[in-house]
Amino acid sequence: MRLILRRIAPAAIFAFIFVPGVALGQSSAVDEIAKYRAALQDGNPAELWEARGEDLWKQKRGPKAVSLERCDLGLGPGVVKGAYAQLPRYFADADRVQDLETRIAWCMVTLQGYTDADAKRGVFGGPDRKADMEAYVAFVTSQARGAKMNVALAHPKEQEAYRLGEKMFYFRGGTHDFACATCHGEDAKRIRLQDLPNLTKTEGAQKAYTTWPAYRVSQGELRSFQWRLNDCFRQQRFPELVFSSDASIALTMFLARNANGAAFDAPAIKR
Amino acid sequence: MRRTRWTLLLAAALAVPAILFGCASAPGDAETSAKAAAMLKASFKEQGQAKLDRLDQDDMQKTCSEFTGKAMPKDVAERIEKANLASIKWPADGKLLGDWKNGERIAQEGRGMQYSDDPNGPAGANCYACHQLAPQELSYGTIGPSLLHFGKSRGYTDENRKYAYGKIFNADAYSACTNMPRFGHKGILNEQQVKDVAALLMDPDSPVNR
Repeated sequence: MRLILRRIAPAAIFAFIFVPGVALGQSSAVDEIAKYRAALQDGNPAELWEARGEDLWKQKRGPKAVSLERCDLGLGPGVVKGAYAQLPRYFADADRVQDLETRIAWCMVTLQGYTDADAKRGVFGGPDRKADMEAYVAFVTSQARGAKMNVALAHPKEQEAYRLGEKMFYFRGGTHDFACATCHGEDAKRIRLQDLPNLTKTEGAQKAYTTWPAYRVSQGELRSFQWRLNDCFRQQRFPELVFSSDASIALTMFLARNANGAAFDAPAIKR
Repeated sequence: MRRTRWTLLLAAALAVPAILFGCASAPGDAETSAKAAAMLKASFKEQGQAKLDRLDQDDMQKTCSEFTGKAMPKDVAERIEKANLASIKWPADGKLLGDWKNGERIAQEGRGMQYSDDPNGPAGANCYACHQLAPQELSYGTIGPSLLHFGKSRGYTDENRKYAYGKIFNADAYSACTNMPRFGHKGILNEQQVKDVAALLMDPDSPVNR
């Protein structure tokens, strides 16, 4: 299915964007893209990542040859169901606020005996190599589908992460003076024909946050939220966001908390 | 008794600046900003052409970050606009418009300055990402206003040519904290490229004005 999608997708994008672009008007082009997106929902290759992730989760791996089944994602060791809807959160054992990817890496170190560097290496897949991290993320997030986003700001470090994430959202810098808010601070804006969620409002944050991670048709990959942030900053002309860095977790905390109350609905599928 | 009074007085003296500071910004806001800036430095790594100095904010970036979503005092906005206007380098030859055809290519080009971009490769202004320009291009964004018929509707005057060049060179000179990048000021485009994009807006033969 993935192979077929890969072959069809570029042609479909071309047909929907460029052909009406010549023959029809602006609104028709937007309509056709909406139809294309709706058509994508029929079959989501993310299921392949979810299945692989579940398999890997239960395998005995790493220097200690143990599985991740006893990993505590916040609801107790071994509880995966619904855990993602309450992340990021403060973990006393790490004395740090952690998002999902950081917590998985933590479990790979503490349970399986990997080094921190090994746990955080090759976390984004490419054309020739699938990333285990993205499979883990697909599995864990799929187990929260339908759960209500419920990110707490109880611990002082959770509150601090939220405040820092908010600052970061409005931080303008780089060659282009861009902040997250430049593109995601107003309603009903687009880059080219791509709609932009207004992440400063509850509705926009909910819609965006609950549909990541996602299978990216144009890349043939399942992409985690860490990847989403990493690639935003690339386009923002910033240096590279370090995987699992404090800033990445703080910004995730800000966005996840703003999505509270919405039903989680990912892994999704996007263009 | 006397001692109590002095203590109260001392407490009041300490409290007054705290209250004033609290009114100026949310409690601990400046501290949070400083912490966020430090966190950022530790959370990014240089990659390709994007070095860590891109996280060093100038006055405009710092001030505008603090005032996003809040009302900015008029004098602060004026300070930013004045400083940015003074920094504009006007063409030595006095010609404000270049070749609109090249301007169109620059307006279409999305590459440039990302760490994934070849520093020696094409670098554009990606105007269509945010603006409608030539009517033939339907894939345009809406973060900025439509610039269709820019010159035709405003008039092909010296003043408007100067505004077009200046706005592309440093948009904050005319509107403090605008979302628009400062293409000349930050070296995203060179002088000739700024002229070419200005021509796309102001040349009567440009598709923008046809």
